Amino acid sequence: MIKIDVHKKLRAFDSEMNFHIQCQIKKGELVTLYGESGAGKTSTLRILAGLLKPDKGEITINEASWIDTKNKIFLAPQKRNIGYVFQDYALFPNMSVLQNLEFASGKGQNKKVITELIEMMELGDLQNRKPQTLSGGQQQRVALSRALVRKPDVLLLDEPLAALDYKIRLKLQDYITRIHKEYNLTTILVSHDIGEIMKLSDRVFVLEQGKIVRQGIPSEIFSNQKISGKFKFIGEILKIEPQDVVLIVSVLIQNNVVKVIADKSEMQTLKVGDKVMVASKAFNPILYKIE
Amino acid sequence: MNWAPLLITFKLAFVTTAILLIISVPLAYWMVNTKSRSKPLIETLVSMPLVLPPTVLGFYFLVAFSPGNAFGNWINEWLGLKLVFSFGGLVVASIIYSLPFMVHPIQSGLSILPHSLTEASQVMGKSKWTTLFKVLLPNCKASLLTGIVLAFAHTVGEFGVVLMIGGSIPGRTKVASIAIYDEVEAMNYSAANFYATVLFVITFCILLMVYLINGGYLKRFWK
Repeated sequence: MIKIDVHKKLRAFDSEMNFHIQCQIKKGELVTLYGESGAGKTSTLRILAGLLKPDKGEITINEASWIDTKNKIFLAPQKRNIGYVFQDYALFPNMSVLQNLEFASGKGQNKKVITELIEMMELGDLQNRKPQTLSGGQQQRVALSRALVRKPDVLLLDEPLAALDYKIRLKLQDYITRIHKEYNLTTILVSHDIGEIMKLSDRVFVLEQGKIVRQGIPSEIFSNQKISGKFKFIGEILKIEPQDVVLIVSVLIQNNVVKVIADKSEMQTLKVGDKVMVASKAFNPILYKIE
Repeated sequence: MNWAPLLITFKLAFVTTAILLIISVPLAYWMVNTKSRSKPLIETLVSMPLVLPPTVLGFYFLVAFSPGNAFGNWINEWLGLKLVFSFGGLVVASIIYSLPFMVHPIQSGLSILPHSLTEASQVMGKSKWTTLFKVLLPNCKASLLTGIVLAFAHTVGEFGVVLMIGGSIPGRTKVASIAIYDEVEAMNYSAANFYATVLFVITFCILLMVYLINGGYLKRFWK
């Protein structure tokens, strides 16, 4: 169980933000931080990792205190057992893939976990290559493996898949699900991608202006109504074309464009660019605004 | 032909460069990472030798290290070091004089590395020193090489400082650049030409090596 209750004054370009995050995360959960840029998602991860000091507050993890400003406790990042995947992956360019993983292991740590990770993440053929010779998806796999070498208590993923194309993203989502279960991790993910959040996470925290404004299971958070649909997909409206008495709405779902018929009254609140959920009750798909 | 001035020059350059490397790496690392208010002051002091006439430095060294005053006397008595008109004095003066040539490349090399490398190493439980030596420095080898070579070449090319603090004592503090000056004054052009040619060729080769290595030409050649 992770308990977080921290305050910090954060300075953005021209404004100040009162960052105050309060939440609890159960062991073994995969939670997502969702929100606009500058809402404080990365800051939350950095405070957890000890890379950013809060002004006041506390963080306890499995009863151990990582931060407790009242009692002047601040555990250095080195002392927290954390796996962190950075947005730019932060692979060490001077080391091969294998050396990157070996560097991460602690003194006297069993090297078996490295062999295991290389096998699970399918890095065998790449292990002697330098990071700069790898593709984005391959680098991401290395970064993910490296973060797991120390068998961390908490895995922090800062938009790990944002820079990758759709197909590779799907594959890496599977890897994340697999390692999360395999190593019984508590994982905190920062993501913008609603589809990804729906697929991966148990719970989602929506951040606005440095505060958690909503939390819950993803399907509840991202849809206003409870829909008992036969199928649901998240997509984005690309085009709305009137045709006779109805409208034809083109929705981008993952990498497919789907055409849905809607009537004018349904479409009053929707415009091009909106994120929508396409759900079907019986046989006709209905669009629901989610963002 | 008298080789002593050349030997002294290169001995001085080697010793100075070695000591500078030991000093400059932590100093550059500190300057990149510090949030201290004294940083601009330290940066200014490090850069001063770039703009100050060497004679100014030489003059202050003479005054400071002269056994005639308290500080120079203290060094002389307690450490047994006589820094005026000695090789030791040349080394100390050269270190300060060539400091920016070593510190600046290392500083800029370290500062362009993404900060996430340091942070990644930290969350893996690695200390600052391990991070510096295993992660940061190996990723700015070109800057290190540039720093080493510039400091070396600059020390070889010193004149004013070494003349003032060393006093041009043959076999002890007379370096090649001073020897050239002396030979020209004595109208002994062939000796001057000898020293000058050696210095020219060696410094040319050293700088050429740096550009070849840092430009990746050698790697291509070996392949």
